[in-house]
Amino acid sequence: MNSTASTTLKLLGLLLLACVPLSGESFYVELAAKTLVLAIFAMSLDLLVGFTGLVSFGHAAYFGVAAYAVALLSPKYEAASLWYVLPASVGLSALAALLVGFFVLRTKGIYFIMVTLAFAQLAFFVFHDTPLGGGSDGIYLNVKPTAEIAGWLPFDLDNPSHLYYFILAALVGVYAFLARILQSPFGRVLVGIKSNEHRMQSMGYLTFRYKLAAFALAGGLGGVAGFLYAVVFGFVTPELLSWHQSGNVLLMVILGGMGSLPGAIAGAFVFTGMQELFASWTKHWQLVMGGVIVAAVLFLPGGLAAVPDRIKRSLQGGGSNE
Amino acid sequence: MDFASILIQTLNSLQYGLLLFLVASGLTLVFGIMGIINLAHGSFYMIGAYLAFVLTSVTGSLFTAILLGIPLTFAIGALLEWALFSHLYKRDHLEQVLLTYGLILIFEELRSLLVGDEVHGVDIPALFSASIPLSDVLSYPVYRLVISAVCIVLALGLYFLIQRTRLGMMIRAGNHDRSMVEALGININMIYRVVFALGFALAALAGMLAAPISSVFPNMGSHVLIISFVIVVIGGIGSVWGALIAALVIGFADTFGKVLLPDFSGMVVYLVMAAVLLWRPEGILKKG
Repeated sequence: MNSTASTTLKLLGLLLLACVPLSGESFYVELAAKTLVLAIFAMSLDLLVGFTGLVSFGHAAYFGVAAYAVALLSPKYEAASLWYVLPASVGLSALAALLVGFFVLRTKGIYFIMVTLAFAQLAFFVFHDTPLGGGSDGIYLNVKPTAEIAGWLPFDLDNPSHLYYFILAALVGVYAFLARILQSPFGRVLVGIKSNEHRMQSMGYLTFRYKLAAFALAGGLGGVAGFLYAVVFGFVTPELLSWHQSGNVLLMVILGGMGSLPGAIAGAFVFTGMQELFASWTKHWQLVMGGVIVAAVLFLPGGLAAVPDRIKRSLQGGGSNE
Repeated sequence: MDFASILIQTLNSLQYGLLLFLVASGLTLVFGIMGIINLAHGSFYMIGAYLAFVLTSVTGSLFTAILLGIPLTFAIGALLEWALFSHLYKRDHLEQVLLTYGLILIFEELRSLLVGDEVHGVDIPALFSASIPLSDVLSYPVYRLVISAVCIVLALGLYFLIQRTRLGMMIRAGNHDRSMVEALGININMIYRVVFALGFALAALAGMLAAPISSVFPNMGSHVLIISFVIVVIGGIGSVWGALIAALVIGFADTFGKVLLPDFSGMVVYLVMAAVLLWRPEGILKKG
């Protein structure tokens, strides 16, 4: 597919997403909002898994850190300023990722997967065991942040449509930001590290620093998703940092085809769709989900093996990836 | 802390560490020999604990339950290896993560369908239900000592199996270089199946032994899985003796962490791991 067609397709998708609040069904608007949040989360992980070749199994930690940050930084019965809590919580997530990245990036392969998981579990216990964030019960965000600037209110996050469009704008923003990053020399180095880290090292790149920057960046963008999640649902529990959350987002990235930003968004929609569908059949929906995952790995090796080709084509074709 | 409580905590640390070693030894062997990351290993522990609960309620005795459970879990392990894991050896880690993650969901839901979501207790066998008095108020349950003893016997058995038998020699060779072992005419697939089934049975046995003291509850495998990962990382992938040292370190760190820093007990283990990673990113004992 050429790049004009691909751009048209993306704009059509955006238009479709923009129409959701017009349906007036609050259930679907909230479901779509949740899915968009997960799509941002999946894109942030794709930067690591799909583009840099770092399989992180602990990405939920940065989602959760930002979600807790909003809840803890907001005053109990008043609205916090969006322009303060958003950068603060995203910054905290990025900082946490920078710190963890310093340790985990010393390892590779299986070690990396296990160590990212273990650090995410450490973060889980920080919120689960200590009274900091209300322990295992979690904590409420009673009042959503306000977008007020000096008495003027450009939009109101208490209004579901406004909130939805705010999330959609964040999705477009994160997408554009990542697309730009990946075109930059920095992004090229990341892709180079994925295909052959030794070669990048012998070309003189200090790959550790690049990987650390990517890890912190992915953590911060995951924090954007965590922030929005807390604002949509109004409460935060340690489950947001659980390893099931990390596993699910990894699944979204893989479902969409790693190394493709539109793919990560599609993966989030497919995952949520499957979850809703299976849950409507049986309360044991995870059994069906597990079966689908196992069957996919066993019987569709070509589906996953085709992914590297797709990355190559999307790089050569300047963004076209279908 | 007085002497009696230090003694109790030391014994608890040993018992917990040794139990973790049973789980982690299988995990590290499967990593080291087959190059497979198995997230479902914690589920094997959970399956063991639930088997102990179900078989004890049917047969009325934990001994019988364990005696039936060991061959049963070994067989399930061999079957799983044949049906699923044998297809994963040449795949990349991401697909292994996916498949074993899917397996966890399946095992947990099957557990929920077959046994339910309640917390169950398993009685300590009457023979070992006594406690040894240590001071006027403190005493130590005999059953925990029995667990430690069983684990020590198993660790020695594993040492004998790996270092002194022909099968162990083949396992060590497979750990070192798969294709060379194959070229020498050894059926590496059979060795993989035995090692995987052994790992399954060891993890399940740990679950069966732990069932009376920890009780049996949903998602009990995930905590054990992640702690076992930490142990494998600290000990070095593929190193059974590294896993033993690391399991004891974690046993002590966790138990004394709970006593000395109750608010941060969940974190102590991971901080130990972070320190080891700074010192030796490849673990205390490297593979071999």
